[in-house]
Formats: sequence, structure tokens, C-alpha cells
Amino acid sequence: MKNPPALELVDVSKSFGKSLIIKGVSLSIPRGERHAIIGPNGAGKSTLFNLISGRFPVSGGRISLNGEEITGLPPFKINRRSLSRSFQVTNIFHRLSVYDNICCAVLWSRGYRYSFWHPLERLRDVRELAESIIEQIGLSRKRDVVAGALTYAEQRALELGITIAGGAEVILLDEPTAGMNRSETDEAVELIMRVTKGKTLLMVEHDMGVVFGMADRISVLVYGKILATGTPEEIRGNKEVQEAYLGEEALDATA
Amino acid sequence: MMNNTDAMSLTLGESKVRSRRWLVWVAAIAVPLLLPLVFRSGYALSMMCQMGIAVIFALSYNMLLGQSGLLSFGHAVYYGLGGYASIHALNAIGAGKLDFPVTLLPLIGGVTGLFFGIVFGYASTKRAGTVFAMISLGIGELMAAGSTVLPGFGGEAGISANRVTGKGLFGITYGPPVQVYYLIALWLVVSAILMYALTQTPLGRMANAVRDNPERAQFVGYNPQRVRFITLVLSAFFAGVAGGLTAINYEIVTQEYLTAHTSVTPLLMTFIGGAGYFFGPVLGAILVTFLQVVLGAYTKAWPLYMGVVFISTVLFAPQGLAGIVMQHRQVWSAGLMRRLVPAYAKVFVPACALLLGTICLVESTYHLTTEAQAGTQMSLFRIPLDVATPAPWIGAAALIAIGLYFFRRSCAAAALSWEGITAELQRRKSP
Repeated sequence: MKNPPALELVDVSKSFGKSLIIKGVSLSIPRGERHAIIGPNGAGKSTLFNLISGRFPVSGGRISLNGEEITGLPPFKINRRSLSRSFQVTNIFHRLSVYDNICCAVLWSRGYRYSFWHPLERLRDVRELAESIIEQIGLSRKRDVVAGALTYAEQRALELGITIAGGAEVILLDEPTAGMNRSETDEAVELIMRVTKGKTLLMVEHDMGVVFGMADRISVLVYGKILATGTPEEIRGNKEVQEAYLGEEALDATA
Repeated sequence: MMNNTDAMSLTLGESKVRSRRWLVWVAAIAVPLLLPLVFRSGYALSMMCQMGIAVIFALSYNMLLGQSGLLSFGHAVYYGLGGYASIHALNAIGAGKLDFPVTLLPLIGGVTGLFFGIVFGYASTKRAGTVFAMISLGIGELMAAGSTVLPGFGGEAGISANRVTGKGLFGITYGPPVQVYYLIALWLVVSAILMYALTQTPLGRMANAVRDNPERAQFVGYNPQRVRFITLVLSAFFAGVAGGLTAINYEIVTQEYLTAHTSVTPLLMTFIGGAGYFFGPVLGAILVTFLQVVLGAYTKAWPLYMGVVFISTVLFAPQGLAGIVMQHRQVWSAGLMRRLVPAYAKVFVPACALLLGTICLVESTYHLTTEAQAGTQMSLFRIPLDVATPAPWIGAAALIAIGLYFFRRSCAAAALSWEGITAELQRRKSP
């Protein structure tokens, strides 16, 4: 294949004990696409993210990133292959400053690995990159504040900053606007669009306004299966989706 | 415009911080070098030697506890094995089998520590938390037990050596204790600088990250296990250096060096000093060694007092001495210290009464149970007491009761004025 998809799932399944949570999901996301996964609670959206990012091992199927198989790799190896993710529940380094949080997220991608001979202070590339990310996520004034002391919205911004800081080509965002009010959501969407420009984006999102506004394509996940994949218009017009999940009103609201 | 001035004040602040940091380091180097000019007695010199070694050991311990969140109960393994390797090397130098300067002997201890760090660390750093603590305890016990049966540990007597050996350089023979002191001071300064520098490297920062959130560290490309492993190996190196210095200082290494007791000592020092700050273990090591040496000379009950200090720290000042210092530094630089002084003075008096009563109770009990054959007469702070009469007991109980009552009241008052000051600081920060 000359131009492999950025992310490809082939018949991926996952069971916890006897219960099958993901029942054979196949998905192909071309490079540069913004793809949203929607579906009712308990459909397995977060689980799917955990499988792709290596947090949980798959029970069956294959996952490949830019044509290279990543099934069964630990999260840090998948991350090194240029896939990065955010978490639904804020997952940051609480006792480190905003700057240090971003710094940690930058180090591996700049090739410093486990170095104990480079003084951080002198790593200009790390510093400049970290500062520019902090500026992008709008936390410049909070640069030296301990992450645990930030407000919720600020922590969400930091979460996004950590996710993008390593320069990954494929970005997975798990409910980036969860718990935000309207104006915060608008700001977050604008921020996400800005920082993920030119990248492949896969996101789980509950806010239909956000989903239909941002996504190039949408997949509907119901009970561990993909019901439909298509452009926002196709999904909106899909009878099956309407019956299974969205309801007429929700779709009308996004029209 | 607003942004420009902000940026300027930020850089100004940074350069100020940096120059202050330099001052701290100059002082940290100068003080150990100048101390022997002030404290000349052999007693003081021997105590300062112990302190220097303890500081290295505690700092190396805090690479695990404070910086990586690894609670180890087996750090004595690296310290003890470093000590044993050094004492054997010292004997080999003495027998003419090894040509190695004594000055660099701690390096042998360090490399030994590093080697066993690689061997044991591989197994123990797979997990953090309780699993790590238990494995470190197991390895510690294993080595302590092994040292009694394996050759090379010298059985119960341990291994002794003579440090005045080999070719002395520039007349430095390590015969006079002051030369040993300067050897320890030199290694202390070098080790402390290196350990501080380590905290400011990618590995050092990622150790903090892994401590805070090992899962997230994986999603920024790092293997937490590898971060812990390398940190432990480096920390074992410095523990080995401390062990090597001990071998030179005492010219003997025994099984005691490998026991759980030796493992717990840097834990106490680090906790009391404050694991959250680089200089915390330094304070802790100095204080704990001081208490050990000084109290140990006066009373058999010194471990009990040490325990009380430890528990009080854990309960009332979980950030340790360093935390207390840093909190008050803020107040000091805001010029608000004056407001705290009266409240603290009011705490001080009943605290003294409470302390005196407790000491009287503890010492009387110890005298009664451990020195009964010497009669019931004892003296406390040069005051003769007879533990067979009720007087010391009643006195102690009264001091404790009255002291405690006023202590608690004055503490509440002090807490109140502390809160007032914190609120004031908050107000100033966000105008």
C-alpha cells in the first residue's frame, strides 16, 4: 500500500471476563481526517480509545498506525510512534508546574530519552517548544503554578497541551469538552482546531454541536459495534442511527 | 505593554532566584570546609564526620522517596555492600595487592552500590508503591541474613582495616581525623552537587512525573519502570559512596551496616528533614545524627525520643523541617514575621514544661527498669531525684498535665495567627 491510513482497526474486539465490550470494530482513518466517535453511554467509546492507545490489550483483531502494526505494544511505545491521547478524567502531573508538565511531554520527542547528563535549563529546543505550547493553550500566566492548583478548565487545557506537546501525528481526544459550559466549550473547540491543524484527529465527544461542527467523518458506536460511518450529512440522514441513538430532535438541533 | 512588563519582571525574578541559588551553593560548600576551624574538639569532628556521611546517604535515599515516590526499606543493602567492598579494597591496598589512592576509595563503594542496584533494582522497580517497598524490605533482609553465613562479611566481628596505608599524597595520610573529615567533606560537596544536578535533567524531571502519575508518563513516551530503575541505580551509587566513606571513617564494617535498622535511618532523616525539598534530607541527617550522638551520650532512651520526633513530624509537619523553613521564608520576606513571634513565644513556654515533664517521666521509668541495681537515686539536669519516692512522678505528671493544657490553647492561638498571615499573603499575591 502506498499511502496507508493513519490509523486502521481491523476486527478489534475486547472482553472483560465473559462480557464482550467491543465486538469486532473495523475503522480506517486517512491521514489528516478529523474523525468523531459518538454513541450512547456504555457503548465502549472509551474502551476503544484504551485499546488503540495500548492502555488495555486487545482480545482480538489488529490495530495499525501508518501501516505499522501496533497491536500489543505498551503505551509508551505506541506514543513514540507518534500517537498521543488525552483522558476524559484529567490526567496530569499534579505536583509539577504547568511548565514542567509540558516539558515532560516534550522530552522524548526531542530525543532526550532517559538522559541524566543534559541540564534541562540549557535545552533551548525543549524550553522554546514548551513555552510556545503553553502560550498556545493560554496558560502563560500560570506557567509556574503547580498543576494541581489550576481550575478545571485550565487543567483541561493543560491536558490537551500535554497531549499535543510531543508533536504526535495522530491525536486521540477523549471528551475534550466534558464538564464545560457553552463559552468554555467554544473556546476549547477553537483551541483544538488550532493545535491539531494538519494532524489526524480521533475524538470521542458527547456534545453534538461540537461533533457535527468539527468532524470530517463520524462513526456511531452502539453496544461495541460500529453502526455507521460517514460524513455528518450521511450520519444525520441515516435512519438506523436515528432509531438507535440520536433521536429526531437531536439531529434537528444540529441541522 | 502589560505583557512586556510582565515578561520583564519574570526574567528579573528568575535572574534574582538564580543568583540566590548560587549564594546558597557557595555557602553549602564553604560551611563544611570552615566548620573544623570553629569546632576543633575530637568529639565534634567525629560527629561532623558522621553527619557528612549521613547527609550523602539521606540525599541518595531521597532520590527514591522524594523525587521518585519510591518508599524503600532496603537502602542499607547498597550502603553496606559499598562499605564491605571498600574495606576489602583498603585491606588489599594495605597488603600491597592493589594500587589505588585511598582518597578515591569511596568510588569503589559507589561502583559496588551501582552494580547491586542493577542486580536488585531490576526486580524491585517493576512496580512502585507497596510492591516496591516489600521487595526492598525482602532484599534487605536477604542480604542481612546472607552476610552472617556468606564468606567475605567477616561473621559477627565484621572486617576491619587500617586506613593509613598506601602512598600518601602531599602528606595526606588520613592518620589525623581532620584529614578524614576533609575527605568526607569533599565527597559530600561533590555528591550533593551531582545529586542536585540530577534533579535538573530529563531523567530527574521524569522521575517526578512518574512519582505523580506513572500512567500518564507512559502516554508521553516514557517507560516508568525504566525511569525508576535508572534512578535507583544512580541512588545506589551514592549510597555506596556513603558506605565507602564509613569504611574509611571507622576502619571497620560489620553486619550492622546491612540491617533494617540502617535502612530505616535515612528514612527517618528524610522524613524529618522533608522529602519534598532537595535540602530536606540534609537538615534531617544533621539533626538526627546530632540527636543520636548527643542524646545517645546522655540517655539510653534516645531511640524513644527519636521516635517521638519522627511521629510528631509525620503528624504535625508532614513537609518536614524544610517545609517549615520554606513556609516561614515566605512570611519572613513579606515582613510579617513580627506578627508570629508573640504567638510562638506563648507556645514555647508550655512546650518546655510538657517536654520537661515527659523527659522526667521517661528517664525515671528507664532508671527504674534498666538501672535498678544501681539504686533508686538518679539525677536529671543535675537535680537529684529518688524514683522510689512519689515526688518525681507527681512532678512529671503535673508538668505534663499543665503543659499540655496550655500548649493546646496556645497552639490554637498560633494556628489562628498563622491563618491570618496566610490570608494576608494571599491578598498581596492577587491584588
